[in-house]
Amino acid sequence: MSMHKCGLFYTTYAAEDGLFRSRFQKLCLGLFLAAMLALPQLVDSYAVSILNLILIAVIGAVSLNLLTGMCGQMSLGHGAFVGVGAYGAAILSNAGAPFVAALLGGGAISAMVGMVFGIPSLRLKGIYLAISTLAAQLILEYVFLHASSLTGGANGLPVDPPQILGFAFDTDARIFYLILAVTALCVLAVTNVSRTRHGRAFVAIRDYHQSAENVGVNLFAYKLQAFGLSSFLAGVAGGLWSHYTMYITPEQFSMGLSISYLAMIIIGGMGSVIGSIFGAAFITLLPEMLNLLISSLGGIAPDLSAVIVPMKEGVFGLMLVLFLIFEPEGLARKWRLTKAYWKLYPFAY
Amino acid sequence: MNGSSPLLDVQEVSLTFKNVAALSRVTCRVDKGSITSLIGPNGAGKTSMLNCISGRYTPTKGKISMDGRELTGVPAHKRTGFGLARTFQNIALFRGLSVLDNLMVGRHSRLGYGLLASILYLGKARREETRHRRRVEEIIDFLNLSPYRHTIAGHLPYGVQKKVELGRALAAEPQLLLLDEPMAGMNLEETEDMARSILDINEEWGVTVFLVEHDMGVVMDISDHVIVLDFGRVLASGTPQAVQTNPKVVSAYLGDEDGLYKGR
Ligand SMILES: Nc1ncnc2c1ncn2[C@@H]1O[C@H](COP(=O)(O)OP(=O)(O)OP(=O)(O)O)[C@@H](O)[C@H]1O
Ligand SMILES: [Mg+2]
Repeated sequence: MSMHKCGLFYTTYAAEDGLFRSRFQKLCLGLFLAAMLALPQLVDSYAVSILNLILIAVIGAVSLNLLTGMCGQMSLGHGAFVGVGAYGAAILSNAGAPFVAALLGGGAISAMVGMVFGIPSLRLKGIYLAISTLAAQLILEYVFLHASSLTGGANGLPVDPPQILGFAFDTDARIFYLILAVTALCVLAVTNVSRTRHGRAFVAIRDYHQSAENVGVNLFAYKLQAFGLSSFLAGVAGGLWSHYTMYITPEQFSMGLSISYLAMIIIGGMGSVIGSIFGAAFITLLPEMLNLLISSLGGIAPDLSAVIVPMKEGVFGLMLVLFLIFEPEGLARKWRLTKAYWKLYPFAY
Repeated sequence: MNGSSPLLDVQEVSLTFKNVAALSRVTCRVDKGSITSLIGPNGAGKTSMLNCISGRYTPTKGKISMDGRELTGVPAHKRTGFGLARTFQNIALFRGLSVLDNLMVGRHSRLGYGLLASILYLGKARREETRHRRRVEEIIDFLNLSPYRHTIAGHLPYGVQKKVELGRALAAEPQLLLLDEPMAGMNLEETEDMARSILDINEEWGVTVFLVEHDMGVVMDISDHVIVLDFGRVLASGTPQAVQTNPKVVSAYLGDEDGLYKGR
């Protein structure tokens, strides 16, 4: 006769602290990764291009979630920090730097810019900080547009596809693997931070900054680190973006982009890494879903699509408001509930 | 007192807000190994005193030193390094973190690894986390918080949150623990439990305690030394017995003799 345990018990702290706590979870992740690796072979290149955009959005969302969700520092300028990385990496790459160096360089430039614009966070909170990051957004947009000798101004900047050791990532399917690897590393980095000393200090600052100070957290240093790390990752997302789309213009990194990153973390779940992934997928897929809906309705009721097309922006806003009202903790909560149910299935009581 | 050396030495400290004098020329000391209580009516300046010690407020005048080292001018986040930890009158927990993580944050300054180690979370960071986690688990067991280990602090009942605050302060393994009304709002059972914990912390772990508390029964029971503050001035200071019978205290602090309970 054999017995089955009806719960999860850990015998070491390390095991309890692990990312994937049961064999079942490890299996699920393995299957998921295998599916991801096989995907470009199974779907058409348009679908792969959407996947690429989702993966890049995941880095943007997870990095904003580190700053805003975990550390509580509101930012309306995240899109511009992605832009700094996109331009930085493109300029370095056009000057002859190898892809990996250009990508890291773009991230580093973005980190520095982010830290400079993070300085006001020592004094400003909430809506005031939001407005100061909005200023960052506007200033950086201005620079993208007017520093034309570097950025190409309104004409934009062409970039070659990435090459590593002579291998060119020049198709959607090829670059998919590169973007997947970088995204996985970025997500792992934020996950690690969130379960160690720095992530705890970030949340402490968000939840009660006076107590954080009294347990020894240097508020200024840690806020700057949050801005720095968040914009570094945003810059990496930007570098992937410019090398993937091969052409960047200032309006790609406008206020609208910053707002969609905010939408991703609100819909996904503030402070949650897995939520950032859900949110990024959701927001990137939303226009695709609408297109699908419109084209399928087009056959039945062509008049209806004429009404829906101009409403796209409205649908986006509506989704956001509905989430804020009905699921303020985002998709991450739904995920937790589902997981908790299956963890002990069929003995869930 | 038992002639031991002062761990905390407050010299002529004044604190003025615009035109309100919260503290005027307060001089007092907390002896090493003692439980010293600071009492006084509402608005007497007790919390202001703790804030000056922990670094939230900067005294307008005067000096505070700990173990012979000057504290005035040291930024609040560096004072844990002096062996100082505190709790707050109003619960000031990290509501979104689990009990375990609240205590781990309490240990923040004892962990030494940097941001890069956090990102990689390999050897050094992992070893440090496990080592400190072990210590934090001991504190959790000591305070009987085990059932709530993974509960988000904001979801806990009030009395338990107060204990988690104590745990977070203890996690720093301080020499001097500043407690601002740890029993406020607790029922009798919780109050006794908290008093027991404070005594144990003092006796078993050798932590010096500087306690602000309104519950006179508890104060007179567990303190070695009592300081009475009134309108920002030290009114009296001495053993619980001496303070309780001090006519100045009796008339100024409580208006009439019957108001001050004589222990329990
Ligand atoms: N940040 C501040 N700004 C202005 N006045 C303050 C500030 N903090 C304290 N005070 C004033 O200083 C005086 C002492 O307040 P404090 O909070 O230290 O009293 P307390 O003894 O802790 O009282 P309680 O028993 O009610 O907690 C009060 O008159 C209060 O209004
Ligand atoms: Mg007070």
